[in-house]
Amino acid sequence: MYSFAYHKPTSVKDAAGAFAKGSEARYLAGGHTLLPSMRLRLSHPSDLVDLAGVAELKGIKVDGGTVTIGAMTPHGEVASNAAVAKAIPALAKLAGGIGDPQVRNRGTIGGSLANSDPAADYPAAVLGLGATIKTNKREIKADDYFKGLFETALEDGELITSVSFPVPEKAGYAKFANPASRYAIVGVFVAKTKGGVRVAVTGAGPCAFRQAAMEKALSGGFTADAVANVKHAASGLNSDLHASAEYRAHLVTVMAKRAVAAAS
Amino acid sequence: MAENGIGARVRRKEDARFLVGKSTYTDDINRPGQAHAVFVRSPHAHATIKKVDISKALKAPGVVAVLTGANMLADKVNGLPAGWQIHSKDGSPMNEPPHIPLAPDKARYVGDHIAVVIAETRNQARDAAELVDVSYEPLKAVVNVAEADKGGAPQVHDQAPGNLCYDWHLGDKAAVDAALAKAAHVVKLDLVNNRLVPNAIEPRAGIGEYDAATDRYTLYTSSQNPHVIRLLMGAFVLGIPEHKLRVVSPDVGGGFGSKIFHYAEEAVLTWAAKKVGRPVKWTAERSESFLCDAHGRDHATHVELALDKDHKFTALKVSTKAAMGAYLSTFAPAIPTWLYGTLLAGVYTTPAVYVETKALFTNTSAVDAYRGAGRPEACYLLERVVERAAWQLGIDPVELRRKNVIPASAMPYQTPVALQYDCGDFGKNLNDAAKVVDWAGFAKRREESKKRGQLRGIGISHYIEACGIAPSAVVGALGGRAGLYESAEVRFHPTGSVTVFTGSHPHGQSNETTFAQIVADKLGIPIENVEIVHGDTDRIPFGMGTYGSRSLAVGGSALVKAIDKVIAKGKKIAAHQLEASEADIEFKDGVFRVAGTDKQKAIGEIALSAYVPHNFPHETTEPGLDESAFYDPKNFTFPSGCHIAEVEVDPETGTTKVLRFVAVDDFGNIINPMIVEGQVHGGITQGIGQALTENCVYDAQSGQLLTGSFMDYCMPKADDVPSFEVSTNVVPCTHNPLGVKGCGEAGTIGAAAAVINALLDALKPLGVKEFDMPASPHRVWQAIQNASRKAAD
Repeated sequence: MYSFAYHKPTSVKDAAGAFAKGSEARYLAGGHTLLPSMRLRLSHPSDLVDLAGVAELKGIKVDGGTVTIGAMTPHGEVASNAAVAKAIPALAKLAGGIGDPQVRNRGTIGGSLANSDPAADYPAAVLGLGATIKTNKREIKADDYFKGLFETALEDGELITSVSFPVPEKAGYAKFANPASRYAIVGVFVAKTKGGVRVAVTGAGPCAFRQAAMEKALSGGFTADAVANVKHAASGLNSDLHASAEYRAHLVTVMAKRAVAAAS
Repeated sequence: MAENGIGARVRRKEDARFLVGKSTYTDDINRPGQAHAVFVRSPHAHATIKKVDISKALKAPGVVAVLTGANMLADKVNGLPAGWQIHSKDGSPMNEPPHIPLAPDKARYVGDHIAVVIAETRNQARDAAELVDVSYEPLKAVVNVAEADKGGAPQVHDQAPGNLCYDWHLGDKAAVDAALAKAAHVVKLDLVNNRLVPNAIEPRAGIGEYDAATDRYTLYTSSQNPHVIRLLMGAFVLGIPEHKLRVVSPDVGGGFGSKIFHYAEEAVLTWAAKKVGRPVKWTAERSESFLCDAHGRDHATHVELALDKDHKFTALKVSTKAAMGAYLSTFAPAIPTWLYGTLLAGVYTTPAVYVETKALFTNTSAVDAYRGAGRPEACYLLERVVERAAWQLGIDPVELRRKNVIPASAMPYQTPVALQYDCGDFGKNLNDAAKVVDWAGFAKRREESKKRGQLRGIGISHYIEACGIAPSAVVGALGGRAGLYESAEVRFHPTGSVTVFTGSHPHGQSNETTFAQIVADKLGIPIENVEIVHGDTDRIPFGMGTYGSRSLAVGGSALVKAIDKVIAKGKKIAAHQLEASEADIEFKDGVFRVAGTDKQKAIGEIALSAYVPHNFPHETTEPGLDESAFYDPKNFTFPSGCHIAEVEVDPETGTTKVLRFVAVDDFGNIINPMIVEGQVHGGITQGIGQALTENCVYDAQSGQLLTGSFMDYCMPKADDVPSFEVSTNVVPCTHNPLGVKGCGEAGTIGAAAAVINALLDALKPLGVKEFDMPASPHRVWQAIQNASRKAAD
C-alpha cells in the first residue's frame, strides 16, 4: 500500500470538503474493492475520506410506498431489517446473498453503487425497482445512473447519500453466483410496479441493464413461462474464464425465469 | 484400551494453542535488528534478462541492499537441487538444468525471482522493488504440457531440447501390446488431470540469520521437513556444513506437499543475511503463493484398457505427459513416475501394465507433490477407464470391479508394476461402500431427482495407494537421493514425564496428540505427561519430515522402537532392584513386575533411579533413560478404500451438487478415530475441489497466470460438500509395529474419480461421454451443449 492522507469526517459537508482538497481523493465506504486494490498497489489515492463516522449516511426508513436506505448502511442490516423484508422481500433477500457475513457486515449500498462492479448485486435491484439515487448534489434516476464498466453518472467528488426504492407489487431476484468469488455471473431482478414490469440484469454486461423483451413478455402475464423462451443475445456480454458470453446469455433467461418464480 | 491410549478419540492437544491464536507461525517470529525482503519477480513468462539496473532502488529510503543473480554467481551460489533422479527409457539420466535462486540471465515463468530488495521496513522494500529497472527481451512461452514437446514449441531451457526432462517407462510393453492386439474389447480414453494450486492457509515465510561471532546460520522457514531443507540448502546450494546451520520450522499452517520443497527464497534469505549482517525476513503475499508455490498434477494422458470376452482386464497401457514447470522442484521427477506408474495396477488383477511418462518443462511455476502426489492421478485415470469400460460393455460398474479385484487371499500380491501389496481386502471395501450407499436403491433416487428436473448420477472410485515411501535401499535404487526413514528420541525425565523428539513435522496432522497417545499407551503414563517436540534441527534427531502420509507409519514406528528400548532398559534396572532375572520381568500398564509375583516397580520409580542411580546395575547399564531410534520400513504401506459419490446436475445451469459421499477406507490400525475422520474429510474436500471447482489456468499466449487470486481460483467451500459418510475396514499393516498404513492423502486420492464418474453417469441421458475436470457449471453446461449439438448433426 502506498501512503495516503486519512480523513474521518462526521458530516456529508465535511466529507465533500475533505475530498475536494485532495488531489486524487477517494471516499472509503466498506472498502471491499478499494482496500484490496490499494494493497496490491493498483490504486494510489492521495487522500482517503472514510465515511464510517458520518451518521447521517446510515439507516433505513420505510414509509408509505418507499424504502430509503442510507448510503453507509451495510448489507447485513438491509437483509435483516423486518420492515424491508415486509415491503420488498426481494431486496432483503438480495442483500442477504451478497458475499459472506463478514462482507455483509462491512459492505454498503452506497459503496456498491458508486463502484458499479459489473457483477455486483445491488445494481440489479436499483435498476429493477426504478430506484432514485440521492447524492449530496442531486437526485439521479436509476435509468440514468449506470453508464458502463465501473462508470456511473456520479461526478468527481459527488457522494451518494441514500437510495430510495419504490415498493413494487411483486419482485424477485435470482442470481447465478461465480463459484469462486460468489459475485453474480448473472443476476436478474424482476419487478411488477405501478409503472409497469421492469427486468434488470447484472453480471452479464459491462454494467447493469434492462431487458426490454422480457419486460414486454412479462407485461402480458407475470409468469415464469412468459420469459422461458425469451432469448438474450450473447453479443456485447462479458466473457471470461468463468463464463462465456453464450453461457451468460443463456443464464439471463434461466435466472429471469427463476426470479419471476420466486417473486413475492 | 487406556483412556487416552491407542484407539481413543482424544481431543487435540495442540488445539490449546491453535484455537486461541497462541500458535507461533514463522511470520510471528521477529528477530532483533531484522530487515525485510521483497522479491522482484518477472512479469514475463519467458524473457531474456538484458540488464538489471538497481541504482535507483539503492537510493530509495530505508534500503539496505539490492541483490541480483549476478551477486549469486559471484558468490558461487549453486542451483537448487532435485532430490530424485529419473532415467529415460534409453538409460540416460534426466535433464537437470541449473536453477540459480535469483535468475541471472533468463526469466522462465511469471513470478521468477530476479532480485531481492532488503530494507528497514517491508513497505520500503516494496517501494524500492518498484525502482529496480529490469530490461527484458520477451520470448514466446509454452504453458500447456500437451504442447510442450511439439516441434516449434518455445524452449524453456537451452540444455533441454524439446523441453524434455525425461522419457521414462515401466512395465512389459511387449506383453501389453500383445494383450491389446488379441483383446475382446479395448477401451480408450484421453484425460487431462488439471493443474492445482496448493493454497496452504499460511503462506510461506522465512527469516535468514547469520551470527558472525560463531559463524553460524539460522533459517526460520515454514516447512514440512526442516532437516531436508538444511541438507539441500547447506550441502548443495550455499555450501554450509550442518553444524553451522540450524533450520527451525515452528507451527506450520498447512502445506499439502507444497512446503516439502527447498525454495529459492530460503536460500536467498540465508545467503543475504550474511551479506547484510542482519536477519532478513520475508513473508509471501497470497499473490506470490499463487505464482511461486509448486503446483500439483498437470497431466495429459492417453489410456487403453484391454478386456477378454469374460470382462477380465488383460492389459493396461498408459501414456502421460507430465508438466515439470520452469525448473525441477525438489521431488518433482519422482511424482509422475514412481509415485504414479507403480499404482496403475490399482486393486485389480490386470496381469500386464505398461506406462510411459514424458516429463516436460513449461513456462509455469514448478509442479511437484501435492496431497496424494501421483497417486490421485493414477487412481483418477484407472477408475475413469474402468467406469468407461462398464458403460461401453453395458455391465454394472460394481460387478465389473468385483470380477477384477485382487482377492484378500492373494496377499501378498506382486503387481506387474514393481509394488508388492502386503495386505488389504479390496473386495470388502467395495461391498461395504455399495451397501452403505444403497447401490441397488439408486434407480429410485434417480427417478425422484428426475421429477425435480435434476439429473442424478452415481460413481465409484476403488483406490489403493502407497504410503511411507520406503525402504531407503529401494528408494535409492529407483533414483531417490535421500533415505526415507524416520527418527525419534524418547527422553524419560527423572520425575516421570516424557519428551519425545520426532523427525516428523506436522502441518495440521495432529501428531502432537497421536504420538502422545502412543507414548501414554505403551509406557502407561498419563497423556498430560507427554510433550512432542518437532521442527528444529538443533533439538531433534535427523528427521525426514511429514508428507506422503508417512508420519504415523514411519515416524510412529520409530517412536515405538525408541519406546521399546526404554522398556528394555527399564527391565534391566527393575531386574536389578527387584533382584530377579531380566527375563522374568514383565512390563504392563506402566509397571515392571517379576512374573508371577507381586514384586513390582512403577516406571516412574525406575526413571528416577536411572537419574539418581544409587541402587543401579552400573556394571551392565548406563545411567539415564533417554533412547533414540531410526526406523527404515520394510515396504510401503498400502491404504485402500472405496469411495462412492452421488451427484445431481441442474441441466439448465450445469451446476453439479454432491449429494452424498460414502467412503470406506482401510488405513490399518487407527490411533485416534476422530483425527482420522478429520483427515478423511479434508482429503475428500480437496478431491471434490479438484473435481468440481479448482483449476489453475495460464494464458496460452502470454503465459500470465489467469487464476492468481481466490476471486478466480475456486477453492471448495463448506457448502460445496455434503456431510460425509465415512467408515473404516481395518486390515492391519503386516510389517510395521503399529500395524498402521496412513490416512492423510486417501480422501484426495479417491474422491475426484468418484465425483466425475457420478457426473458422467448423470449426464449419460444427454450423451455426454468426454469430460475433463473441473466440473464447473460453465464447463458442464458447455459439455451438454456440445453433446446436444453432436446429437443434432
